[in-house]
Amino acid sequence: MRLFQRTIRDLHQMLIDREISSVELTESVMDQIQNVGDRTKAYLLVTNELALRQARAADDRLRSKRDVRPLTGIPIALKDVLCVKDVASTAGSKILKGFTPPYSATVVERLEAEGAVFLGKTNCDEFAMGSSNENSGYWPVHNPWALDRVPGGSSGGSAAAVASGEAICALGSDTGGSIRQPAALTGIVGFKPTYGRVSRYGLIAFASSLDQIGPMTRDVADSAVLLQAIAGHDPRDSTSSSNPVPDYLASLREGVKGMRLGVPKEYFVAGMEPAVEQSIRDAIRLLEQQGAAIEEVSLPHSDVALPAYYIIAPAEASSNLARYDGTRYGFQAGGGHNLIEEYMATRQQGFGAEVKRRIMLGTYALSSGYYDAYYLQAQKVRTLIIEDFQQAFTKVDALLGATSPTVAFPLGAKTQDPVAMYLNDIITIPANLGNVCGISVPCGLADGLPIGLQVIAPGFREDTALRVAYAFETATEFHKASSPLMGAAA
Amino acid sequence: MSVATRYEVVVGLEVHAQVLTESKMFCGCSTDYLTAPPNANTCPVCLGLPGSLPVINRRAVEATIRTALALNCEIPEFSKFDRKNYFYPDLPKGYQISQYDLPFSRHGHLDFDVKGEPHRCGITRVHLEEDTGKLLHEGAIHESQASLVNFNRAGVPLMEIVSEPDLRSADEAREYVMRLRAILQYIGVNNGDMESGQLRCDANVSLRPAGQSELGTKVEIKNMNSFRAIHRAIEYEVERQTEVLDGGGRLTQETRGWNDARGLTISQRTKEFAEDYRYFPEPDLPPLDVSRMWVDEIRASLPELPAARRERFITTYGLTPYDASLLTSTRPMAQFFEETVRLGAPAKTSANWILGDFSRLLNADLREIQDASVKPAHLQELIALIDSGVISGKMAKQTFEAMYRASDPAPALAEAKGLSQISGDAELAGLVDQVIAENAKSVADFKAGKAQALKFLIGQAMKLSKGRANPQRLDALLREKIS
Repeated sequence: MRLFQRTIRDLHQMLIDREISSVELTESVMDQIQNVGDRTKAYLLVTNELALRQARAADDRLRSKRDVRPLTGIPIALKDVLCVKDVASTAGSKILKGFTPPYSATVVERLEAEGAVFLGKTNCDEFAMGSSNENSGYWPVHNPWALDRVPGGSSGGSAAAVASGEAICALGSDTGGSIRQPAALTGIVGFKPTYGRVSRYGLIAFASSLDQIGPMTRDVADSAVLLQAIAGHDPRDSTSSSNPVPDYLASLREGVKGMRLGVPKEYFVAGMEPAVEQSIRDAIRLLEQQGAAIEEVSLPHSDVALPAYYIIAPAEASSNLARYDGTRYGFQAGGGHNLIEEYMATRQQGFGAEVKRRIMLGTYALSSGYYDAYYLQAQKVRTLIIEDFQQAFTKVDALLGATSPTVAFPLGAKTQDPVAMYLNDIITIPANLGNVCGISVPCGLADGLPIGLQVIAPGFREDTALRVAYAFETATEFHKASSPLMGAAA
Repeated sequence: MSVATRYEVVVGLEVHAQVLTESKMFCGCSTDYLTAPPNANTCPVCLGLPGSLPVINRRAVEATIRTALALNCEIPEFSKFDRKNYFYPDLPKGYQISQYDLPFSRHGHLDFDVKGEPHRCGITRVHLEEDTGKLLHEGAIHESQASLVNFNRAGVPLMEIVSEPDLRSADEAREYVMRLRAILQYIGVNNGDMESGQLRCDANVSLRPAGQSELGTKVEIKNMNSFRAIHRAIEYEVERQTEVLDGGGRLTQETRGWNDARGLTISQRTKEFAEDYRYFPEPDLPPLDVSRMWVDEIRASLPELPAARRERFITTYGLTPYDASLLTSTRPMAQFFEETVRLGAPAKTSANWILGDFSRLLNADLREIQDASVKPAHLQELIALIDSGVISGKMAKQTFEAMYRASDPAPALAEAKGLSQISGDAELAGLVDQVIAENAKSVADFKAGKAQALKFLIGQAMKLSKGRANPQRLDALLREKIS
């Protein structure tokens, strides 16, 4: 087995045993980026020098057995929405071309403290707005399982990197499914923690009340390790929670015996591919065989989650993106005869079509005279969705469903139809609106394309989500299947 | 003005007051924007860099609640921040964090006097927001090739104090702002400096036919940087609106800027182009629960406010309401007065000096009482000299001015004393003899070794001389005579 094919925990053991060095490991991953990077287009920027410098520092730490942590020396990819001090951070947008933040995101600082190795910035839909990565301001990402297909989005670069061996693990961000959906479509594990579990400081905002950073990994235990490193209160993010962070690995192996697992009937949506539905039903049966009590539940407002999301998220985005006016950093069009012309030219040329669409949607929804009918109404719907989950979680410990109604679709298949594209997130969006956590774990292949099982647990019960996902994973071999680009695990 | 009979003037004021905190509203940067080099006090948060997040400065919230309590407002238990969205280069995030429908306070009132007549103006709300940066244009704004932005001011906490349209004249408006400024200074939340913009005032002015309850078309006036400007601008605007209405014209709802040099208001923008600020709750900041315990703590820590102090000055010191109002108009002046009285000066005389000669000199120099070299002890001593007949009233006026002009008032005071001091041994001999004759016991005590007795004897001689005797010479002469 090649080094870039392994898990965090495997590699950690090899590193502390001095079987390998972090530099060797980093070079192995860098070689893989070199070999397949032009096919996946997963990275916007590969930080070779930084990675090797960090790897050498990690090796010092490992050699002297000084403050060695689970991620010391482990190469990780960072979605381009995360600010890294002195490293170009563009959120996949041309409007931030040339922007190098003078500070790092809190999660980045925490990973640095762990001694992790930063491989680079991964491609994503512009400002994390999209479900296929085709809205990147630079270039689309290709799915390592089938290069003519999308990897999902918006964290498509992170997903493709982990699935192709171009990173051992990655961080993504999830506003309406942007970690879980690409994880499902590329056959990896993607975890959206509860809003407030991970600091958003230094995450270039899309929709502030929904954005959450989370791990994208090869398996569930790696997800627990990575979440452990980044979770916890941050005084710089007032919306981060001071709930204590439990030891996620400690309860991982407790199994599902005696657990009550709910299956929301609304999650088997119209348009779900039969192979996906079959795979999810099989997964549910398997968990039942593992000793879980399965119960059908109802989340009655699921059908209005998508429309509510497409009011709230664009409304917040329209405001969050107002700062990109070309006067202080990033792209400036130039040539305007006055301030307004200059603003307009910069934003016209700097933003892509989907971003503009959402800015217009959001601006409209917040406008005087429309606020009550749209934004306020959507917030009421959000409350109902929160209550739906609270109600369901009085009966069950976690919920099961598909992550995405379909497998990876061909590039270009939905670019002309925004609503078809939005429907990709129909089963992931409720977890963002409902302030709960959700993890996607591989549960099968359909025609050689991965399918993801979604486990949703109550707010701040990441331990429960991980436990169910881990029980499923250990009972199956799905996570061991790897993309053709990753190569056979020989 | 005859206008008052035909039309009723309706004025409401919006006062912006920077909060005197060490650090900014949502980050740790210093609030010093007046002396720091451009953009020195900035960070990713107040520059609105991508990914940065605000954290509320608790002290700024406390100052806002403190202000609201001083203005008799209700403090709701639940409050939140909102985003006010608009584009401008001095606004780094493209929105200002402000408060919209759930401000920290509402429903208060402010009492003030106009020429001794009591008035009350309703306070709609006091809320908290962040200040913007400052633009610097190269030359005139319309010809300037480039504009520079200084973000040192961006994120400085700013309170907005909105009044009800309860004011009926330029006089009332000016007195309201003066009284409000006094309160802000009393409670230590703002330094009251209008010139540097730390206290700013906008006025909504409208007219309606006398007797009509419906409000007329309002005009917002901005850019008034002094009490005088507020008064002049409102007077001007009332006159302008009267002319329009008398001429059968209709007023436009608009914003007008006061041009102090030309003494007139100029239209800046009309309602048709009014911005839609698209307010919505700030998702980066959780709503705030304002605990009753916290509010009680803040209330308990409030100092005596101008209105209460004014009442106390009337009852305790027997001052006229007019004098009491003037003396309590700023906290430093009231404190100066009380300290002078505490040192032994009569209240009425102290008030006359402070409101008379002292204020005249201060006003001429545009200085504040706390910046003057004359301190309460100096004034008390001067008053004592007059009261004991050492110097005449006329001489006292000259002495006061000399004290005021000097960086150290002591020599001027000493000189006044010296001019009338009795130092000649011949003159003092009589005094000394008299004191020895009248205080046989003390003389005996001193002979017996009680040094204290000599001090008493000197005191008696000073008293007889009405303070004019030279105490050093008295000391020498007494020792000589007794031994």
